[in-house]
Amino acid sequence: MYIYNQHDQQLVDERVAQYRGQTERYLAGDISDDQFLPLRLQNGLYIQRLAPMLRIAIPYGTFNSQQMRKLAHISRHYDKGYGHFSTRQNIQLNWPQLEEVPDILAELAEVQMHAIQTSGNCIRNTTTDQFAGAAADELEDPRPYCEIVRKWSTFHPEFAFLPRKFKIAFCASTADRAAIQMHDIGIEVIHNVDGETGFRILVGGGLGRTPVIGTEIVDYLPKQHLITYLEAILRVYNQLGRRDNKYKARIKILVRAMGIEAFREKVEQEWAILKDGPSTLTEEEFERSKSYFRSPEYINIDNDSADQALEKQAQQDPAFGNWMKRNVDAHQAPGYAIVTLSLKTTGYAPGDVSDVQMEAVADMADQFSFGEIRASHQQNLVLAHVQKDQLLALWQQAKVHGFATPNINYLTDMICCPGGDFCALANAKSLPIADAIQRKFDDLDYMYDLGEIDLNISGCMNACGHHHIGHIGILGVDKKGKEFYQISLGGSQDRDASLGKILGPSFSQADIPDTIEKILDIYVSLRIDGESFLDTYRRVGLAPYKESVYAK
Amino acid sequence: MPNKIIKDGTITDDQWLLLDQDATDVPDGPVIVPLSLWESEKEALAGRKALGIWLNSDESPERIASDLENFDLVAINFPVFVDGRGFSYGRDLREKYGYQGEVRAIGEFIRDQLFFLKRCGFNAFALTGVDLEPALETFNDFSDSYQSAIDQPEPYFKRH
Repeated sequence: MYIYNQHDQQLVDERVAQYRGQTERYLAGDISDDQFLPLRLQNGLYIQRLAPMLRIAIPYGTFNSQQMRKLAHISRHYDKGYGHFSTRQNIQLNWPQLEEVPDILAELAEVQMHAIQTSGNCIRNTTTDQFAGAAADELEDPRPYCEIVRKWSTFHPEFAFLPRKFKIAFCASTADRAAIQMHDIGIEVIHNVDGETGFRILVGGGLGRTPVIGTEIVDYLPKQHLITYLEAILRVYNQLGRRDNKYKARIKILVRAMGIEAFREKVEQEWAILKDGPSTLTEEEFERSKSYFRSPEYINIDNDSADQALEKQAQQDPAFGNWMKRNVDAHQAPGYAIVTLSLKTTGYAPGDVSDVQMEAVADMADQFSFGEIRASHQQNLVLAHVQKDQLLALWQQAKVHGFATPNINYLTDMICCPGGDFCALANAKSLPIADAIQRKFDDLDYMYDLGEIDLNISGCMNACGHHHIGHIGILGVDKKGKEFYQISLGGSQDRDASLGKILGPSFSQADIPDTIEKILDIYVSLRIDGESFLDTYRRVGLAPYKESVYAK
Repeated sequence: MPNKIIKDGTITDDQWLLLDQDATDVPDGPVIVPLSLWESEKEALAGRKALGIWLNSDESPERIASDLENFDLVAINFPVFVDGRGFSYGRDLREKYGYQGEVRAIGEFIRDQLFFLKRCGFNAFALTGVDLEPALETFNDFSDSYQSAIDQPEPYFKRH
């Protein structure tokens, strides 16, 4: 993973000092609330319903055991002993004191972490595939490019006060595990016919109250132009994006209003000036960036005999076999596997991890995965490089610490925002909905029979829980001061991305589990030959679900 | 007493008179005229000594790109400090149009933006409401940067 050099460390340290000064001036009354707002947001600090919330960056979702231990320490010392992994591959603390945030940031800086640009109207943490550098279906590791973008976007002087927040995601594999079509800029790493690396770039995707799937702006951009091209897009957006209405300020609205042709033309005009200029990337810089993401020192393992041994272990302990089937993915190195630690255990808020659990993950990472950890946008943790002959031992430890729920990509592996229990923006609570669904559908055989289903829950239109792209989406809405929930069907975040359609009138909290059950019953009755939930929906449409759910 | 501003890293007296958006009279001496006045009185104003112009955040420097030789100073107004269009305008003036004169920030920008403004090509700051002396320190908030900008066109990766 990326290791800071002295320059990186110095800038992060200087940022801590800068924010400490700003906090002191705020507490002394020298900065107004309005002026302090973007300053604290660009250091990750929100003021929430009950307390401030601090969002800590995990650049492109990769971190290490030492950093995890520091997060455990911080959550214990400055917070209530837990953290929440978000859909931005970040971690959020729900109870820090505003006065102590500079100290927290200083502690983070000791382990090369920060909260820079995790909020505010600026370029946010670049995200990518949680299996990057390990996935079997990967063209190349996208993280060296993410790191180049991280450097460029960090303290970018021109783009710190954009019309609205700005999110960039990379993907470099057959399956899109980073939902790049749902980002302000989505970047796919591709090779041209000569095998040279370049980028296919999408622009103007996003969720929120106007969900839009990104549109291609360039089909192949040679890699050396990555930064100049991004800069051209941002420059057009910074000047022309709407600033009169924050709900119409995202780049997706601008692209839609101008039309992709006109938008592209404008970008190309700007790019003509920047192209081949000082920001043009060099082969040396690519190599330097790649050098931080070389594969770990794998040992030679005979894959076939490792698989045979696993099969035996699975026969002896079917629960292990089941976990392997659900929570373990194919790795690019023979004899290795990717393990997802489920943070979706009934009784715990999705994405939440206690300080003790954080330390357990750090220990498991050290023991089984070269000390490296990933956070996924589905709010789970990943140990990316595990020897197959150690899976059983890892599973046993994961069970002890509550990470072995065998549900990855199934119904109870829900994406869920913190909702009205914590968030000041939320219209409704989301955590009790997730909990009620997990309790209702606790029969594993039934859940597996349903096949893979993405169920995503957001407590408001801002869509932090990605409800638009869940096969089943649940959105909290406010109706005359009461909390209700709208259900949508048919969303997808993969390459065949689509936005869910609203089923009909909203439901009370108490009615949600039964309504979900009715929807699942209809699916089971209509599916043909093991057809997935999404495929069935796409074949039959909304009508049969509507009929059953709203039948008098 | 003239107002104090920050220019080229020091606090100095401001010699310029900033005319309102709807001004019609142009007094003698160094003046900064609004774009609308320049556009309507171009012939009368051109050739005047010590002429400046100011642009609002919805007025791109593109509109004066071919007139820039007339101005000793271009000021960019920040109607609210979170309106970041001016940052791009600063870069446009320097990079796209090669403007060498004074580029001044006016309006509601705050001292915590000085570092970024300077990077975007601003060299003068009519900062109001705070003590200027301590504000000067913010130019040293960061010792270096990653990206190419006006103050340092070579990005970090090319310098190391």
